Amino acid sequence: MDTRKPAQDFTLRIRRYDPDSGEAPYWDEHTVTLEPHRSVLEGLLQAKAKYDGSIGVRCSCRAAICGSCGVRINDKPGLACHTHLEEALKRSKDGKITVEPMGNMPVIKDLIVDMDAVHWKKINRVTPWLIGKTPVPEREYVVDRVSMVDVTQTMACIQCGACVSDCLSMEVDPGFIGPAALAKAYRFVGDPRDAEQQQRLKDLAEDPNGIYNCTHCFKCVEACPKGVAPMNQIMRLRRRAGSDHHIDDRNNGHRHEAAFVTLVKQGGLLHEAELLPRSYGGDSWFGKFAPKAGAELVSSLPVITKAVLRRKVNPKLALVPHKIPKQDVKAVREIFDTIGSREERYELNLYVVGDDKDLEQPVAGAVEDRSTT
Amino acid sequence: MKVAYWPGCVSRGFTPELHGSMAQVAPKLGIELVELDRACCTGAGVIAEHNQELADTLNARTFALAQQELAKGADLMMNICSTCQGAQSESQERLDANKVYRDHVNETLAKENLTYQQGIANKNFLWMLVEDYGLDKLKEKVVKPLTGLKVGPFYGCYIVRPADRLGIDDENPRDSYLSLVIEALGGTVIDYAGSHKCCGFPIITMKKEASLTMAARNLGDAQDADADCIVTPCPLCHLNLDLQQPIAAKLTPKPLNMPVLHLPQLVGLALGLSPKEIGLNKHVVKPTAVVDWSTSVIAGVGAEGGGW
Repeated sequence: MDTRKPAQDFTLRIRRYDPDSGEAPYWDEHTVTLEPHRSVLEGLLQAKAKYDGSIGVRCSCRAAICGSCGVRINDKPGLACHTHLEEALKRSKDGKITVEPMGNMPVIKDLIVDMDAVHWKKINRVTPWLIGKTPVPEREYVVDRVSMVDVTQTMACIQCGACVSDCLSMEVDPGFIGPAALAKAYRFVGDPRDAEQQQRLKDLAEDPNGIYNCTHCFKCVEACPKGVAPMNQIMRLRRRAGSDHHIDDRNNGHRHEAAFVTLVKQGGLLHEAELLPRSYGGDSWFGKFAPKAGAELVSSLPVITKAVLRRKVNPKLALVPHKIPKQDVKAVREIFDTIGSREERYELNLYVVGDDKDLEQPVAGAVEDRSTT
Repeated sequence: MKVAYWPGCVSRGFTPELHGSMAQVAPKLGIELVELDRACCTGAGVIAEHNQELADTLNARTFALAQQELAKGADLMMNICSTCQGAQSESQERLDANKVYRDHVNETLAKENLTYQQGIANKNFLWMLVEDYGLDKLKEKVVKPLTGLKVGPFYGCYIVRPADRLGIDDENPRDSYLSLVIEALGGTVIDYAGSHKCCGFPIITMKKEASLTMAARNLGDAQDADADCIVTPCPLCHLNLDLQQPIAAKLTPKPLNMPVLHLPQLVGLALGLSPKEIGLNKHVVKPTAVVDWSTSVIAGVGAEGGGW
C-alpha cells in the first residue's frame, strides 16, 4: 500500500437506521477527503466529525485487535479499521463505498448491532472457559507445543462478529449456535488441559442447533479477518465427536457421515439411494427399514415418484449402483483399511506447520488428535 | 483438446442428465473426454470430516490416475461438479503444501504403483471453458444464441470459497465466470441475491427445514429478479434446487417454479442440441420457459425442440 499518494475524495454510502425513531432505514451519502491508504473507519469518523455527528459507529483500538468496528463494506463483512479506502473503492460496483451494519444481528443504531442479543449469547452457550483436570498439578499444566499452536488459531478470534454476520445457516435458522461460538468451543475441546471434552462434544453434537447445523458454505472462513477459519474448527469438532468419541447424535450427523464412508468403501462411488435412508436409519443395509428412514421415505415419496417418472432417478441404478472396476474397489478398500488401522489419525495442520514454501526445512505436520476417552 | 475427465458420483446417479449432457456437448466443442473410470468418490467434504488423511489419499489416487492420462497427452484434469472441485482443491492444497505429508500419502498409494506429483491442473468445466477453451472460441461454436433467455447464475459454495484455495483473484475472477459464459452464449445474465449463497444440500439429512429454506429463498430471489431459469455447475445444488423444489416451495409463501439447468445443458442449448438430447425432460421442475424459448428459435441447425 503506497502511503505517499495525496488525499482524494471518497463517497461513503452509509445505511442509517434508528429503530426508536419509527422511521424506515435509508441511505446517507457523505464525501470525505483522505489519503487512499487511510481506513474506512477514518472515513466514517471524518463524516461524523464534519457532516453528521449522529452517525452511529462503534470503534476503539483502530488496529484490528479489539473487534469493535465490524461492519459490512460493499456487501462483505470486515473491520472498518482494517480496510483501506482505496481497496474498498476498488471493490465497489458504483464508485461509492457502501457501509452497512453486520447481518444476523439486530441493529441498535446505524452501524451498531446488538452483539449481546446474538453473538455473546451464543458464546456463553458453549461454556467458554477451561474446565481444568484434577488433581491440579503442583506447578503448571504442561501442554505440548503442537497442541498449543493449534488452539492459538481459535484464540486469535477478536469477537468482531464478522463470521456471524455472514453465516448462511444463521440467516435461515437464527437458533444455530454459529461459527464464532463453535470455534470458541474447539478452543477448549482442542486443549489437552480441559477435563470436559467428551461432555462438550456430546452437548454440541446432540443440540439440533449444534455442529451438524453448519452447512459447510465457507462464508465464515472468508469473513474472518484473523484467519480463525471457524468452519474448519466445526469440522474438527465433528471429527472428534464422530470418529473419536463415536457419539451417535439425534441429528443424523454421525450416521450420515458413517453411511457415506461405508458406501464409498464398498463401491468406490457414492450410492445416493442407499445413503439417504441410512443417514436416518443407521449405517447398515437394514438401516432403510428403521422407522425414521421409513418416515422420511414417506414424506419424500411425491418427489421420488416424480423423479422416477421423469427418469431422473433410475430404479435399477437405485438398487444396483455404479461401481468402479473390481480391482479398483479392492485398492480403495485397502486404502480405507490401511488408514483405518492407524493407532492415531494423521492430520496435516497447515496453521501449525506452514507451507514448505515458507520454511527452510520442511517439517512433519502431524497433529495427533487423540481421543480423551 | 483432450481432458482427463472426472464426472463424479452424482452425475451418474441422481442427475444422469448432467453426465449425459456433458457427453453430448464435448464432441460439439471438440473436446475429447478421457473418463477416469478407475477413480473414486472425492468425499464431498464428508470423508474429510471423518478422516482427513483418508480423503486426501483417495483424492491423491485420483490425481495420480489423471497424471497418467496427462502423461499420455491430456491437457488437464476436468470435473463437472463444484463439490468435487472443492473437495479436491482442499486435498491438493495440503498435498502440495507439505512434502513430508505428500510422501506419506504416496507411501499408501505405492501399493498400486501410483504416485501423486506435486501440482496438477484440475479444473471444473466452467473454469476450463473460460481459461483454456476460451470464450471467443465458445462464441464461434454457438449456433443458437440464447438471445432473450434470462439466466441466473448459481455457483454453489465449493467453487467460490475460500477464494485463495480456489485461485480466485482479480486476474482470475472465477466467481463471476458463469456470467461470462451466459453472455458468451448470447443469454441475459440475471443478478440476484442468492447467486453465491448456499443451496442447503449439506444439511438436508440433518436440518431439513433450514436446508430447504435456503433453497427456497435462493429460488425465490431468482424468480423475483425475473429469471427464466438458473444454471449451476454443481449437481448437489441441482438436487436441492430442482429435485427438492416442490417440498422447498411449501416453506415459502410464494409459489416456486424455477427451472434449474446444469452448465453443460445451457452450453448444449446454444450449440444447437435439443432439450431432449441434453436431458431437460428429466428435471423435476419442467424447464418450460427454456423449452419454449428453444422451440421458438429458428436456428436452421435441425435441432428438434420440445421432446418431453
